[in-house]
Amino acid sequence: MASSPYPWLKPAVLVGGLSPVALLALDFARGALGANPIERVLHQTGMLALIVLVASLACTPLKLLFGWTWPLRIRKLLGLLGFAYAVMHFLTYAVLDQGLAWGALLADITKRPFITVGFLALVLLVPLAVTSTNRMVRRLGFPTWQRLHRLVYVAVSLGVVHFIWRVKKDLTEPLVYACVLGLLLAVRVAESVRKRRTRASLPAT
Amino acid sequence: APKKARPRGPYDTDETPTPYEDATTYNNFYEFGLDKGDPAENAHTLKPRPWTVVIDGEVNKPQRVDMDTLQSWFPLEDRVYRMRCVEAWSMVIPWMGFPLAGLLRRVEPTSKAKYVAFTTLMDPKQMPGQKAATLDWPYVEGLRLDEALHPLALLAVGLYGKVLPNQNGAPLRLVVPWKYGFKGIKSIVRISLTETQPPTTWSLANRREYGFYANVNPQVDHPRWSQASERRIGEFRRRPTLPFNGYAEQVAGLYSGMDLRENF
Repeated sequence: MASSPYPWLKPAVLVGGLSPVALLALDFARGALGANPIERVLHQTGMLALIVLVASLACTPLKLLFGWTWPLRIRKLLGLLGFAYAVMHFLTYAVLDQGLAWGALLADITKRPFITVGFLALVLLVPLAVTSTNRMVRRLGFPTWQRLHRLVYVAVSLGVVHFIWRVKKDLTEPLVYACVLGLLLAVRVAESVRKRRTRASLPAT
Repeated sequence: APKKARPRGPYDTDETPTPYEDATTYNNFYEFGLDKGDPAENAHTLKPRPWTVVIDGEVNKPQRVDMDTLQSWFPLEDRVYRMRCVEAWSMVIPWMGFPLAGLLRRVEPTSKAKYVAFTTLMDPKQMPGQKAATLDWPYVEGLRLDEALHPLALLAVGLYGKVLPNQNGAPLRLVVPWKYGFKGIKSIVRISLTETQPPTTWSLANRREYGFYANVNPQVDHPRWSQASERRIGEFRRRPTLPFNGYAEQVAGLYSGMDLRENF
């Protein structure tokens, strides 16, 4: 394999992607997170999970639209970072906010659709994180692996629904995510339609 | 300047007040933005003086009164109340104000008066949040007359011994401690007595999630979260939420015979 043209890319994404955690931890320790620090951490980790996961979904469309290959190098890292934020978001809710009150957690997850979809999104991301290694790609075979990993669209869509249903009144922000997600999906659909057309128009041999 | 210690009144809680800093920087006041920190940052555009309050509707003595005159009619009382937000957080706030009942009696409700309707100032220049159609402006709230006459129902003009900061609803706001915080309408310009139940902003915005009564009730969950417990600002662990926010002894009688699941 040729050496990477941007050797700093992955470390930079990793450090940049994790720096909000360091900032949050620092502010938490300093008492600089306002009157309701747990709520703040809950919101920020949720937002970060969504932002990073949407960014991971932008990698392939960027390649398709502009022919860039560098986004593909960080796609997996972004996916795993987004998963890590989703886990932190869930743990903030379950441990810090609800104090691991199992009854309350179970009632929330089963009775409240906004929490149900958020939890489902997290659960769907687990098999994707588990099969993210090169060894798992080989073991599953690329077509199967690829089909499995299309679940990410379902998971992130559920994440956006979770955000929409959480908002009390102003839907602008969650709808921005919904639009970006829709656009990214549209690029892929357009690409697969184009491919099929090209294949169909090939002369029969 | 902060006041000296005073004997505990019959309606006071002896719980530790929330730090002033928290009570004045963590607010829901959508007229100044949707984030909790927005009101403290943006509410400087509100001019709480001169201020006029209209009192009308089913009363024998309707009037339009200057805020300073209104305040001069009643001695200021201190009340340390729990405040439970519908979002499942709570505070303890030392208010200064006067009972709503005093004002209502002064204007003499007619025999037709059954409800009290409140209206917030409508002025997008002073309240920039009103430029967006987030809620149906101006903010309106209401109480049944017997609720409004209850001695716990307070019209507040100050907190922590200071004049009410803009972000907390200057110059005049309602405090009904046994109900969720959104019933405590801020920056009031009009108080009307009515024969029929008045519309209330949050129940207009979402009838399924916010009712007219909005009494604190750990047994009736918000559709999106449990109301069984709450986080007291400044505390780490949640605490159980009390029926009527701990004021059941004083106010439960107002609702005898009513289905509080139906009338949430």
